Amino acid sequence: MKETIRLDGVTAGYRRGNPIIYDIDLTVPKSDFLAIIGPNGGGKTTLLKVILGLLTPWEGTVSVLGESPAKPRPAIGYVPQLIPDESFPITVIDVVLMGRLRNSGLFRRFTRRDREIADMNLDRLDIQDLAGLDMNSLSGGQKQRVLIARALAGNPQILLLDEPVASVDHNTQESFFNLLGELNSTITIVLVTHDVGAVSAHVKNIACINKTLISHGETLSSESVAKAYGCPFELISHGGIPHRVLGSGKESKR
Amino acid sequence: MIDALGYTFMQNAVIVSILGSIACGIIGTLITVNRMSALAGSIAHASFGGLGLAYLAGFNPLIGATGFAVAGAAGIAAISSRKRARTDTAMAAMWATGMASGLVFIKLSGTYSADLMSWLFGSLLAVSTSDIAFAAILDIVILLVITGLYKEFLAVSFDQEFSMLQGVPADLIRGLFLILTALTAVLLMKITGLIMVIAMLSIPAAIAEMFAKSLWKMMILASILAAVFNLAGLSLAWMLDLPPGAVIILIAAFAYAVSLIIANVMSSIK
Repeated sequence: MKETIRLDGVTAGYRRGNPIIYDIDLTVPKSDFLAIIGPNGGGKTTLLKVILGLLTPWEGTVSVLGESPAKPRPAIGYVPQLIPDESFPITVIDVVLMGRLRNSGLFRRFTRRDREIADMNLDRLDIQDLAGLDMNSLSGGQKQRVLIARALAGNPQILLLDEPVASVDHNTQESFFNLLGELNSTITIVLVTHDVGAVSAHVKNIACINKTLISHGETLSSESVAKAYGCPFELISHGGIPHRVLGSGKESKR
Repeated sequence: MIDALGYTFMQNAVIVSILGSIACGIIGTLITVNRMSALAGSIAHASFGGLGLAYLAGFNPLIGATGFAVAGAAGIAAISSRKRARTDTAMAAMWATGMASGLVFIKLSGTYSADLMSWLFGSLLAVSTSDIAFAAILDIVILLVITGLYKEFLAVSFDQEFSMLQGVPADLIRGLFLILTALTAVLLMKITGLIMVIAMLSIPAAIAEMFAKSLWKMMILASILAAVFNLAGLSLAWMLDLPPGAVIILIAAFAYAVSLIIANVMSSIK
């Protein structure tokens, strides 16, 4: 199968007459690493919800691996945005085991196999020594890895990440993208972010969205970023990590 | 205090205190981690309308209170599943409507106001065997539901959206949680009284949250703490001739203050 996610003319929102995303066509090929960027309030989260099947589009169709997203949800491993709750009492291994809920059932305990798969994914993300620790004692980057291990525990074919680098520092970002690059050899990755600087060299395609899909391709022009964000940007690249600076108000050249 | 245990009413008070702590610790933990103490408060106050109606119509007040609490919980569940933003308004309206209708019904029924006071401030020294039976059955139901559906309750409390993507019936879990909260609130009205139900549901769990590393440990610790507060409050109230419900809350509040200090010292040592 060549394409994993396909959106045709998708319009969706929460209040009638006020669509958050409008007429979006988007195809994600297998083993793509797609970054969807756009400003806050530009419809990124809505787009994610539509792909996940949490929100039904008003118009248009969504298919994930050839079926409507309500059905093959196990195909998608979802990594939500890190919300800092400093006090929820839970250990790392219990968070990762949540990725096995679909394979379990009500009034049943997690099996030995569920626990082995959870351990395996902690290993895969190099955080096996954190298993018994309190989730609250971890750094932002470690928490992010735990949430990825949880998503991978369901053995998905697509990994969907919401603002993955919002709460990690710059050095952690780099090793984080190296990790995603490695995972990308076996899995399709889609991430959304408002931070243009968070797009790394490992990313294969970039889509730019602000209510409508402004551009989609291998490169990102400063014109399309300016259009999406409503203000001019200049993109400067050093060391493979694009940085961004706000333009002075004039049209940028590139 | 020991000689007081010779009286049947004191034995009943001790039994209900201990049985009540189990429900209080488990449900209080879920309320605390879900940040829903306002919800517990509005459910408890809604039940006051049911009490008033029971006095007016002449049936068992416990049944009236339970009926209104469960109906209120179901109402909130229905509203919050459609429009999350309206939950706040719904809870505030229910809180006040419960109290107002209760007062009107009680006035119409001509009930002596001492009865009213016992529901508002607790009547631990006047619990009946039917109260004990209610507490015991509720504990069994809570223990069965929570042990059977522990991983679902944990997942929905920690990350509802993710749990839904995993196929967990989050609405069913939330509905069960609200109904058990309603029943626990009615039970605790007997011990500390309606006005102090929120304190009993939140203080033991809040202390436990500072020291527990997992949800089930927090539930056990909160239950033990609630039992200690109840029994200590009951003894002290007996010796000093004070209302037990109020003394229990004061002891709990004092323990909460001490725990905050201990937790702060512990984190600064780390």
